[in-house]
Amino acid sequence: MLRLEKAWEPIAAALAGESRAPLHGEMGVYQLADAADEVIFIGYAGGASRFGLRGEIAAFEERAPDAVSVRFEVTTGYLSRYQELLMLHVADHGVLPRCNPPATLGRLSPA
Amino acid sequence: MDLNLTEEQTLIVGMVRRFVREEILPLELGLDPDASELPAEEKDRLVALTREMGLYGLGIPPEYGGPEIDLVTQTLIAVEMSQHRAGLYAPCYGAFGGAGLAQLFEATEAQKERYLYPTLKGEKRGFFGLSEPSGGSDPARAIQTRAVREGDDWIINGGKLWISGADKADYGLVFARTDPDRGRNGVTCFIVDADTPGFHVRRIVHTLRAAHYATELSFEDMRVPSANILGKVNGGFAIANDRLTRQRIPYAAGCIGVAIKAQEMALDYVPQRETFGAPLSTRQGIQWMLVDNDIDIRQSLWITLEAASRADQKQPFRKEAAMAKLVATEAGGRVVDRCMQMFGGLGVAKELPFERWFREMRIRRIGEGPSEVQRHVIARELLGASFR
Repeated sequence: MLRLEKAWEPIAAALAGESRAPLHGEMGVYQLADAADEVIFIGYAGGASRFGLRGEIAAFEERAPDAVSVRFEVTTGYLSRYQELLMLHVADHGVLPRCNPPATLGRLSPA
Repeated sequence: MDLNLTEEQTLIVGMVRRFVREEILPLELGLDPDASELPAEEKDRLVALTREMGLYGLGIPPEYGGPEIDLVTQTLIAVEMSQHRAGLYAPCYGAFGGAGLAQLFEATEAQKERYLYPTLKGEKRGFFGLSEPSGGSDPARAIQTRAVREGDDWIINGGKLWISGADKADYGLVFARTDPDRGRNGVTCFIVDADTPGFHVRRIVHTLRAAHYATELSFEDMRVPSANILGKVNGGFAIANDRLTRQRIPYAAGCIGVAIKAQEMALDYVPQRETFGAPLSTRQGIQWMLVDNDIDIRQSLWITLEAASRADQKQPFRKEAAMAKLVATEAGGRVVDRCMQMFGGLGVAKELPFERWFREMRIRRIGEGPSEVQRHVIARELLGASFR
């Protein structure tokens, strides 16, 4: 699956362990969305992230204060998948998610 | 035959070793364990240092502004440059620069103005587009991308796979079949601008290298002028083959550097780590791993330096380069594996570099021609091409 198309989960529920796929300390990538389900931040939990995805998503207010929901993918290839998600977002929307800092990205034109 | 380093080589090796230990290793502590790039300001600072050392642009011929350093010394430098976590695929995070696509040194003056000089100045990036879904080790037969002449232009259709850096490149060398009946003599190398209509980066391909990806490209009625042919029509195979042979020496050197660093870490660790009341270093099983590592490292190093020496002396070195690539990539894998074993649980944790080296070293037995192809090249040199 090229794009991250899982269902959105409320962040609070995900952190409280009430979500369908509870957050643990794994490495991976995630997207944060606002109340309109618009992706506003794409991030990753890498080998140096304390508490992995759970730790990164718990700190969402530092990156995207108006985020209300999350979806994530567990992967050890978090850096290349992160780049891919950013490139796909730019291919689909023409810009990066509004809470992501500027990044030097490659260009992708998925068929 | 003198196997000692010259005074100049000793000085250069010492300088690069200090650079890695004083500049690169401390920086890595603050990076993601899979990082392959530095923040721009850090990279600029390091490049300024390597320029000051007179070592920026290794591999660039002196007439194009590179340092005048023979291949043996460049190999010794490459061994030093790779002795850190990212060192196998991003030695010193690119602070020493490089020749980029060396084939462009053979380009026409107009091509050099447009592609080579901006690349050497860091203003443009290129990619090398050889491998296809049908294979990469046998370009003479595997290339199915077609280029058909139309007036002064060529129309290219097809695709490439496993191509590094194409998504961020300004141009690339694309190998296409221009004569379907002539095998290796029917392939041409085109310089293709990445903004050419019909050029698409379709997807990225995730691999064991977590921070780096390959790309899949497709070309749909991509129009390229004849002026962008590198070399001669149907002369692309020689261009590809020359690159593949030369690239094997630094490719081997990187594996040796990582193996040396892994062994150094193991030699520091095993006298300190105690099990069942005695240091690991007193166990024969551990001692033999260290001995086997040392033998693997030495034989890889000498075979690689011999290949470099032959290239410096303008002697044929295809067999020796294949042997260096084969021996160093396989030995590097064994050394890293043994060191992981000695470190136990720590060996597989992301806190130490072994797990990254283990993943990346595995790719080295496949990249730039797998071990089996190197053996094929060596056998052909031993027996003569007629054995096929």
